[in-house]
Amino acid sequence: MLDRVAALGKAVLDNIAGAGQAMVMLLRALVGKPQIRKSWPLLMQQMYSVGVLSLVIIIVSGLFIGMVIGLQGYTILVDFGAEQSLGPMVALSLLRELGPVVTALLFAGRAGSALTAEIGLMKATEQLSSLEMMAVDPLRRVISPRFWAGFYSMPILAIIFSAVGIYGGYLVGVRWLGVDEGAFWSVMQSNVEWGQDILNGIIKSLVFAFVVTWIALHKGFHCTPTSVGISRATTSTVVTASLAVLGLDFVLTALMFG
Amino acid sequence: MESRNTQLAVGFFVIFGVLALIFLGLRAADTNVGSSNETYKLYAKFDNIGGLKERSPVKVGGVVVGRVTRITLDGDYYEPLVEMTINKQYDEFSNTSSVSILTSGLLGEQYVGLSPGFIDDTVEMLEDGDYIQDTKSALVLEDLIGQFLFSQGND
Repeated sequence: MLDRVAALGKAVLDNIAGAGQAMVMLLRALVGKPQIRKSWPLLMQQMYSVGVLSLVIIIVSGLFIGMVIGLQGYTILVDFGAEQSLGPMVALSLLRELGPVVTALLFAGRAGSALTAEIGLMKATEQLSSLEMMAVDPLRRVISPRFWAGFYSMPILAIIFSAVGIYGGYLVGVRWLGVDEGAFWSVMQSNVEWGQDILNGIIKSLVFAFVVTWIALHKGFHCTPTSVGISRATTSTVVTASLAVLGLDFVLTALMFG
Repeated sequence: MESRNTQLAVGFFVIFGVLALIFLGLRAADTNVGSSNETYKLYAKFDNIGGLKERSPVKVGGVVVGRVTRITLDGDYYEPLVEMTINKQYDEFSNTSSVSILTSGLLGEQYVGLSPGFIDDTVEMLEDGDYIQDTKSALVLEDLIGQFLFSQGND
């Protein structure tokens, strides 16, 4: 019995210690005098591997999710003779929820796991230690550009996701099912607001970008430097980041639209 | 020159994101009637336009012939003035035609229904910029319910 309690206590302590480590890592990586000339090429390189290479999966899934919402929404709305409300239905569900959330989930799977595995392998092969030997701070050199790349890329990806999704909804609703084109756009325009919908969606995806990238970097940087440890850390990145995104999404939605 | 290619890709990525944001902001505003852009404008004054919006369709017997392009208040009495852009393909409406604001379905969007009037030798055709005199306003459900309740009270 006491062993169980002790195990629980150890788990809690480990979690708190992990959170502390993650916070210290982030602060040490980000706080300090900026070296724009040195960090700019590093940032570009990471923006490429984190953002540009995620573009294909984001565009394809955005298109299909928009098309599915268009199809499902139509079959329900047509029963009430309100199929012209398809436009706002597609646009609002994409801008407010699906755009930021699905982008963050895909990003955690596509880019977050790659970040964790890359940094974990750097640690296992002692590249991080060799950087320190050469008096290069691995936090500034390795962690910081990856963090900023994720932080800047994800909102852009979320915006592209929403735009492509709305186009997918338009393809299915207007081109295939024959909803009136003018009504589709005009009803959408009268229902979607800049501040309330588009801006809040961007704020959401900024928060998700911060959390997902941070979790991915922390799991990689503090993993057990073995092959099993790296594989565990990668799995744990995807699971933790996805749960954090879904939980935070509820909190943010309650604050913004509640 | 790998770093240059990387920079190019990232640059396009950012531009693509900005374009998507502009698309979201303006939501592809350009929808002219059909693909032929030959149009002309008709005007009509109503007492009450209900939920009519810009870009709502103008229909003749259910067929879309044009769109509402502007809604303003006009004259000393602030009557709603609706500007309709009609496809040139349908330019043979007589000035005895009438317009009314209708609703598609019980809960649907509102649109302008145009009924062509009779034609004989003394009737002229509507041309660009003409006003349609015979208009019927939108049915406002709250007013109807109010009238109904009022008439019930009198019995």
